[in-house]
Amino acid sequence: MHMIEAIIRPHALDELKARLAQLGIPGCTAIEVKGFGKQKGHTERYRGQRMDVGFVPKVLIKIAVRTEDLDPTVNAIISAARTGKVGDGKIFVYPLQRVIRIRTGETDHTAL
Amino acid sequence: MSHLHSKPRYFGFLPLLSLCLALFFSSTLQAQPSESSAAATSYLDQTQALKVALDTLWTLLAGFLVFFMNLGFAMVESGLCRAKNTVNILAKNFIVFACASLAFLALGWGLMFGNGNAFFGTEGLWFLSAPDNSPATGEDYRGAYSAISWAGIPLWAKFFFQLVFCGTAATIVSGAVAERIRFGSFLIFSFILCALIYPMAGHMIWGGGLLAKFGMLDFAGSTVVHSVGGWAALAGTLLLGPRLGKYNPDGSANAIPAHNMTSVCLGGLILWFGWFGFNPGSTMAADAPSIAHIAVTTNIAASAATLSATITAWLLLGKPDFSMIVNGTLAGLVAITAPCAFVSVPSSLIIGLIAGILVVFSVLLFDRLHIDDPVGALSVHLVNGIWGTLALGLWADPQVCPAASPAKKGLLCGGGFEQLGPQLLGIFVVALITFSLSSAAWFLIKWTYGLRVTREEEIEGLDLGEHDQAAYPDFQRTYIKSYHIREA
Repeated sequence: MHMIEAIIRPHALDELKARLAQLGIPGCTAIEVKGFGKQKGHTERYRGQRMDVGFVPKVLIKIAVRTEDLDPTVNAIISAARTGKVGDGKIFVYPLQRVIRIRTGETDHTAL
Repeated sequence: MSHLHSKPRYFGFLPLLSLCLALFFSSTLQAQPSESSAAATSYLDQTQALKVALDTLWTLLAGFLVFFMNLGFAMVESGLCRAKNTVNILAKNFIVFACASLAFLALGWGLMFGNGNAFFGTEGLWFLSAPDNSPATGEDYRGAYSAISWAGIPLWAKFFFQLVFCGTAATIVSGAVAERIRFGSFLIFSFILCALIYPMAGHMIWGGGLLAKFGMLDFAGSTVVHSVGGWAALAGTLLLGPRLGKYNPDGSANAIPAHNMTSVCLGGLILWFGWFGFNPGSTMAADAPSIAHIAVTTNIAASAATLSATITAWLLLGKPDFSMIVNGTLAGLVAITAPCAFVSVPSSLIIGLIAGILVVFSVLLFDRLHIDDPVGALSVHLVNGIWGTLALGLWADPQVCPAASPAKKGLLCGGGFEQLGPQLLGIFVVALITFSLSSAAWFLIKWTYGLRVTREEEIEGLDLGEHDQAAYPDFQRTYIKSYHIREA
């Protein structure tokens, strides 16, 4: 089992949701974040001054998947979020130690 | 971040420069001093002078209320759109009044109220510089603006009141074209609308032109202001196209929800409040029984429409959608704008009831037709502007108050088609002329300066793209709502 963390552009969310549904992945968590990488941010102007807004709005998606679903899910995220321009984001994969469904108490693979 | 506009940015200066040059040359060529207001009222005795003062006070105060409606529009529109476009929408609604003020001063008033032909004025066109001895009325009036000489107030009071109406028409357009139009394009169109298109429609009805001769009536402007704004908005919307992600290839529509219902509520109530200047103020006189009657018909129509829209939305869509509630109120107000002085209070209730039902169905219909109207401007102003104009022909009764006397009895008051006929004619003529002139103006702008922002800018938000600013620069929950943009 793995936890996928993906930082993507906000407007890729819809496409991503559709592809996850196609794969049969039951759910995910989305968090609004701001960050920067190679995409340095943008400049705003206010009453004659420039502001370097270093942070760009992004969305952080967390998806817990079984091992056999890992590669398809990662590919789905890439195809949904890739635009080819700087700022497409990154995907991180962590191993998951334990998963429990709170309502029923099911653990690990039956909880995913 | 580079700003990719479809046409070079300096193109925007060309129409503005030409407008400034035109204004400068025309004003220097035609300026004549008009009679001073002191000379104009010095022949009046004390009672007459008091009447003029009271009438002027009333008209100006009502005009200030209508001016305040610009804030109402700004709040409703920005609230109903996404946070990333807030600054842009506020800026459009704010600046449009300035555009209207200058354009109407420079040429609009003259085309609308100057003595002229069936379609536009030809005397006293520029900067109200023609002779005029207002507040003299009727037989005593000498001047270039005979069509409005019935109002016994100084010229500048008439001008101010008519100006705020022009501003209202212009700000209607900003709602329908929101979230994807270039700021400059909207500015340019506003000047054209206020200097040329609105005055032409207005001249036909209030300026003694074609439709006035046929007996068409429109007390406070369901057609002159709201339908004109509506047709101009429709023309713009059609040329612009819908927002990205609004309609799917299979024909279904996506919801693009409002970001601030507090703003919508604030705006809706401000508009309701301002309408108490819009309608009763159109008497341009402190005519006690009339302004009292009009205030009540206005309110009753608004209230009836609010409730009927709420119930219609509740039944059709499952729950009472707040944006539909507010659209209902505004629809009732627009619908009563033409008939407010001419119909009884019970009639105003029926007019409002129907307006509220109409607006809900209209919103759904426009989406079905894939005409993207982010704030319901077309459903409120265009559709109900037409309904209000028609309703006048159905329920007009010259006995309801002194200001109602020009009306012929409506169809449902035993009058046949004497009033309804001119109303129908007026609806079609205004539709034809306004829609075609507006389309021409939008085409011209699209062809020279450009109309729509780039795809990247529309996704990122017009606040950043058009103004390099953010309305809400701090962290906040605004981006999780779906974008409906399927290809990256």
